[in-house]
Amino acid sequence: MRKVAVAGVGMTKFGKTDKSLVELFSEAAMEAITESNIRPGDIQALFVGNCLGDFAEGQANIAGFIASELGLPPSVPATRFEGACATASVAIRDAFMWVASGFYDTVLVGGVEKILHMGTPLATRTFAMASDSRYEEFSGLTFPGVFAMLAHMYAHKYGIPLPVLKERMALVAVKNHKNGAKNPLAQFQKEITVETVLNSFMVADPLQLFDCCPFSDGAAALVLTTEEKARKMVQKPVYVLGIGQGSAGSLCRQKDYTVMQSRVASARQAYEMAGVGPGDIDVCELHDCFTIAEIVASECLGFFEFGKGSEALETGETAIGGKIPINPSGGLKAKGHPIGATGAAQAYEIVKQLRGECGDRQVDGARIGMTDTLGGDASTIVNLILGV
Amino acid sequence: MSFYKLTHREYFDALKEGRLLGLKCRQCGGYTVPPKACCDGCGGTDTEVAGLSGKGEIKTFTVVRVAPEGLQAPYIVAMAELEEGPWLMGNLLDVDPDRAGMDLIGKKVSVGHRVVQMNYTAGEGVTPVFKIIP
Repeated sequence: MRKVAVAGVGMTKFGKTDKSLVELFSEAAMEAITESNIRPGDIQALFVGNCLGDFAEGQANIAGFIASELGLPPSVPATRFEGACATASVAIRDAFMWVASGFYDTVLVGGVEKILHMGTPLATRTFAMASDSRYEEFSGLTFPGVFAMLAHMYAHKYGIPLPVLKERMALVAVKNHKNGAKNPLAQFQKEITVETVLNSFMVADPLQLFDCCPFSDGAAALVLTTEEKARKMVQKPVYVLGIGQGSAGSLCRQKDYTVMQSRVASARQAYEMAGVGPGDIDVCELHDCFTIAEIVASECLGFFEFGKGSEALETGETAIGGKIPINPSGGLKAKGHPIGATGAAQAYEIVKQLRGECGDRQVDGARIGMTDTLGGDASTIVNLILGV
Repeated sequence: MSFYKLTHREYFDALKEGRLLGLKCRQCGGYTVPPKACCDGCGGTDTEVAGLSGKGEIKTFTVVRVAPEGLQAPYIVAMAELEEGPWLMGNLLDVDPDRAGMDLIGKKVSVGHRVVQMNYTAGEGVTPVFKIIP
C-alpha cells in the first residue's frame, strides 16, 4: 500500500441554508480543490457521502450531478456512499483504499446533508431508519432513545447514580459548546451552563434537549492524493496513518452496548495500522451525537477505562489543554451534525489542528489526531488516524 | 426451498398467536431470537425452530417523548433479557411513562406483542411488548 495524504480540505458553515445538496457539497469541494492547488480536471474519482437525500430533496443517485456541477470529466466515476451518521467516514475509507492501492492518485471525497427543512417528525422518522427495520423500528425507537437507553444501562452497570451521571453528561455539552463558540463554522457559537442542559425539555428519558446534537445542514470535503503529489501541491500535507471500520447488528444482538464491539474492533484496526496507541493521540474528534455517546466513545477508543469516562469531564481531561482534548471543533453537539457530512467535518478539523490553523481552539503541538464516527446504533463505526 | 427456517414474517405471525419463536443451535445449543440466517452465538447454520418461555427481565429502557412521524409520544421502549439468553427490543406496557425510573431495571417481565402500522415499511409490523410480572 502507498502512503496517502490529505492535500486540501473544505467545509461549509453548519446550520440552516437555502443551498441544495449539490451546491453545498460543491462549495466544500471547491474549497478543498483550491486549497490543494489543483483543478477539478485533476480529480480521478469522486466519493460522495449522503444519507438522506432521497427524503430531504427527492434526490437519489446524487454523485453524478455533483461531478457535473464541479466540471469533472465524463471519465470520472462518481459514487454515493451511505453508512447513516458514519456516511462520510465510510466514503473516506474507500477513497483512501483506492489511492493506497495505486489505482488512483488524486480523488475527491466528502459528505453532505440537508435536514433542517424536513422538520422534527420526519427527520426523527428518517434517522430511525438506521435502526433494524425488521425487529427494532416498530417499537418506535428513536436515536435519542437508543442513547437514552445507553445512559440508563451505563448508570446501572457502573453504579453511578443517575443524577451524578446526568451532571457529568451535561459537562460534555458545556465543554463542546465552549469549543464551538471558537469555531466560526459551528452551528452554535454560544456557551451554555449545566443548568441550560438540566432545564431543557426531555427528549427521551434521561436525555434532555441539550444532551442532543442538533439537526443540521452542511458539507465537508477532502482531496486525497499520494505522498509524492501532496508534497508538490501543498506546504503541509497531512498523512493518513491508520484507518478502521467495524460492523454490528441490531441492538438486541449487541446486548450490553456500553462497550461497542464494532468500535473497539475499528479502533484497534486503526491503531495497529498507524502503529500507535490511545496515549499517542494528541487530539480527537469523536461521535458526540448525545452527551453519553461522547463518554462511551472515549472509553471504547481507549482514552479511559470502561466506566471511568464520565469522571474525566469533572477533571477537565478532555478539554483543550487537557490530557486528551476531545471535540475541539465543538463536536456534533455544537458544531452541528449534518449526518452525511460529519465524518468529513471531523477529518477537516483534525487536518486543521495538525496544520496549526485553529486559532483560539488550537491544541498546541498536535501531531497525531483521530476521528471516530458512529453510524446507526453502532452498526457502522469508522476510525481515522491522521498525522504530520 | 427457502434457506430460512424462520423468516421475520413467520416470527411475527407466531407472536400474533401468542408464541415467541426463535432458533436453537444444534452445534452450540444457543438461542437466536429474533431469528436470522445463522446462530447469533457461533454462526452455525444447523439450527431448528424452538419455542421460548416468553419470560425475562428488563435491562434498560427509555421514555420516548419526541416521536417519529406517524407515532404518538410518550411511550416506553425497553430491552429485556430472555430466560434463554437472547435480548429483545420492545415496548413496556402498563407503566405510566411519567413514573418510569431506574427501578424498572431488573424487573421480571412476560413477552406479548403489538401490531404496528408505520410509514415507509413493507406492510404491518409486530413488535414484542413487555408486561411486568407482579
